[in-house]
Amino acid sequence: MKKNILWRFLFIGFTVLVAIVFFLPNTPLFKSMPDWWKNNMPSKGIILGLDLQGGLHLVFEVEGDKAVETSIDRYIFLLRDALQKKKLQAEVKRNGLSIEITPSTQEIATIVKEGFPILDASSSGQSLVLKISGKEASRIKDSAVDQALETIRNRIDQFGVSEPTIHRQGENEIVVQLPGVKDPRRAIELVGKTAQLEFKLVDDETPVAAQLPQSVGPGDEERVLEQFRDKIPADDEILFEKKLNRETGVVTKFPVLVRKQAALSGNLLSEARVSLDTKFSEPYVSISFNAEGGKLFEEVTGANVKKRLAIILDKTIYSAPVIQERIGGGNAQISGSFSMEEAKDLSIVLKAGALPAPLKMLQNVTVGPSLGEDSISAGTRAGLIGTLAVVVFMIAYYRLSGVIADFALLLNIVLLFGAMASLNATLTLPGIAGIILAIGMAVDSNVLMFERIRDEVRTGKPPRSAVDSGYHKAFWTIFDAHVTTLITAAVLFQFGTGPIKGFAVTLSLGVLINLYTALIGTKAVFDLINSRRDVKKLSI
Amino acid sequence: MLEIIKNTNIDFMGKRKYTFIISGILSILGIIAIVQVANGRANLGIDFAGGTAIQLKFEKPVSLHEVRKAVEESGIRDPELQDFPAVNKVLIRVKKTEQQLGQVSDAITLAISQKLPNNKYVVDSTTVIGPKVGSRLRVDTAQAVLISVVGILVYVAFRFKFNFAVGATIATFHDVLAVLGIFYVLGKEINLILITALLTIAGYSLTDTVVVFDRIRENLKIRLKDSVESVMNLSINEVLSRTIVTSMTVLITSIALFFFGGEVIHDFSLAMIVGVIIGTYSSVFVASPVVLLWPSKKPLAKK
Repeated sequence: MKKNILWRFLFIGFTVLVAIVFFLPNTPLFKSMPDWWKNNMPSKGIILGLDLQGGLHLVFEVEGDKAVETSIDRYIFLLRDALQKKKLQAEVKRNGLSIEITPSTQEIATIVKEGFPILDASSSGQSLVLKISGKEASRIKDSAVDQALETIRNRIDQFGVSEPTIHRQGENEIVVQLPGVKDPRRAIELVGKTAQLEFKLVDDETPVAAQLPQSVGPGDEERVLEQFRDKIPADDEILFEKKLNRETGVVTKFPVLVRKQAALSGNLLSEARVSLDTKFSEPYVSISFNAEGGKLFEEVTGANVKKRLAIILDKTIYSAPVIQERIGGGNAQISGSFSMEEAKDLSIVLKAGALPAPLKMLQNVTVGPSLGEDSISAGTRAGLIGTLAVVVFMIAYYRLSGVIADFALLLNIVLLFGAMASLNATLTLPGIAGIILAIGMAVDSNVLMFERIRDEVRTGKPPRSAVDSGYHKAFWTIFDAHVTTLITAAVLFQFGTGPIKGFAVTLSLGVLINLYTALIGTKAVFDLINSRRDVKKLSI
Repeated sequence: MLEIIKNTNIDFMGKRKYTFIISGILSILGIIAIVQVANGRANLGIDFAGGTAIQLKFEKPVSLHEVRKAVEESGIRDPELQDFPAVNKVLIRVKKTEQQLGQVSDAITLAISQKLPNNKYVVDSTTVIGPKVGSRLRVDTAQAVLISVVGILVYVAFRFKFNFAVGATIATFHDVLAVLGIFYVLGKEINLILITALLTIAGYSLTDTVVVFDRIRENLKIRLKDSVESVMNLSINEVLSRTIVTSMTVLITSIALFFFGGEVIHDFSLAMIVGVIIGTYSSVFVASPVVLLWPSKKPLAKK
């Protein structure tokens, strides 16, 4: 064997070896490898896409306007406080994204200007209109997205998903990918829940409270709200308490009149965990306030003994127990006929904190684990059958040269999987289709060369020079042909999402490896055959 | 030496009158499809139109009629159902609704659990796409198709004379339009997977065309006395064997995907099968005749 041919084979052998090492983590063999190997060698390999291993791909929009509203509401409380301290009588209310203070006096304007420089003030008739500047509003929206991202991360960490992907997309969107999640509905609930916990005093003294209907049928909430809108005091609001009958599955809602202003809210929590009621063995969530929250809780309960305190999560009342006595120690519990899972999830969201603004779901692609398994087995079957058919076809058509092309094809497949593993590329179902297509196209380069070599043989050239000039002539054709495929693959990679990106990756890697195996692999085999003896005739 | 095609001498260029009619019809179908898509009258996939798709895998064979009845009785209007009887799977798609995202799939599963209590199922997949995502995806896709076509045109113009670039581009457009048109006529869903297939077909068909052009360019340099038309005919005949063998191998794998690859990439494989056939046809019957017809001041030979 000529020296330079030997070197080429060694090089090919080396690349195959590297490919196998990279691919090992994807084989069951990897588990039985010695520890030094596992610790020092690549250990990740090809990652299965969500469509193959099952999981969720969620896109949420953070409703930034709501975060701005919340912050305006906070300014309103602060303004009222500041005016009260100066003993000034004025009405402060929110109108969309601005605040109106009536009347508009010089004194009030000065207080606002000095205490709240962030608000742009202008007078309009009898009122002073305050607005958050556009810059400040977009800062609030922006930080709402960051905060939401952080909160979702915390929640998912505690929920326990291996290798989640959570990232921001564009101005106000959050992408959450949760591979391998078995209970999608629960995961969506956990991520998407605002989890704004509030404690509000129930207003049972106002006569209107007694006029509220006992319970409300499904879909009737709006009607009740409309009916009582003008009858309830301005500082009150109607919220609904939800009760689920575990046996019948029927949900009943009870309207309750509560104070608008929360006595306490969830941002003062320090801990939340699931506990079990010893009497009914029903789970509940026990919460502990931090020092500030504990003090406030003690004050509120002390001042309102025999009144009811509503525990509210995202505008829904979980329970509204009567305060029996002043509660010190800063502990409370939330019960509401939870299942164990619900209680656990509630404790997670309370601990991780509320989202700064509600999330709106834009996209949800959920793949169950069974479909993933089906897809893998279907893809493998199609791949094996397709490869086998091509292998047989090539041998039937090109005989010994067909065997060489098949050798290149197998080399192609091994290297492709190795390359994907080394890049920790994600394999998706369209990605499997990409591999199978690449297999079909892999043969193309060889076919181009074989046809060229056949042409050269027809013109009467001896085998060796026929191979050389055939290769030489085919090179630029192969190059051009591959570049055009690469252009489309690159565009697909750029714009495609998940599965399609996977397709672009396998297709472009397939094309590149194809060039390598055809131009180096096949050529080495031909040269080997030609170098061994005086070849009279090529089997092509 | 086994050769399917040996020393052919077919007058490909002379058949252009007939093939241009066929190609014209196919292209017009494609243009109609695009107009219909733009007007929202085509069978757009939920990834473009927004909506909900849910695929259920039942334990026992299930009647599509019963599933439809259950879904419709739950108050969901115009559900589209597709079944895969071999694996007891049913795909239910609901486009634009007034209901909130996520509620449609819950309503569907609830209705089916209640109406078909004796046939247990698992949810294979749920896809919910909001209208905002859908419209953004439409724009992105249009951009992607445009960018790749321009990229290919620039590359071919860089490697060949301008006439060839025009021929290659028209042939590529022709293939994409033809497959789109055929899918439109068949009433198949036009979705992201189909677009992926179309772009792959564009790349593949171009590969085919480039191989033919490469040979024409080479022969034009040697056969200076012959007419361009006869050089083209000769070149196509010379590479015909390669063209057919390559198409065969890609066709074989696409057919394997079609029959064994599962329902998720069924339509993708169908598009590939149709696309490979049309791409092969166009590299022979469309690309070169267009080069010939396109007015050129300088002779085509040289460069």
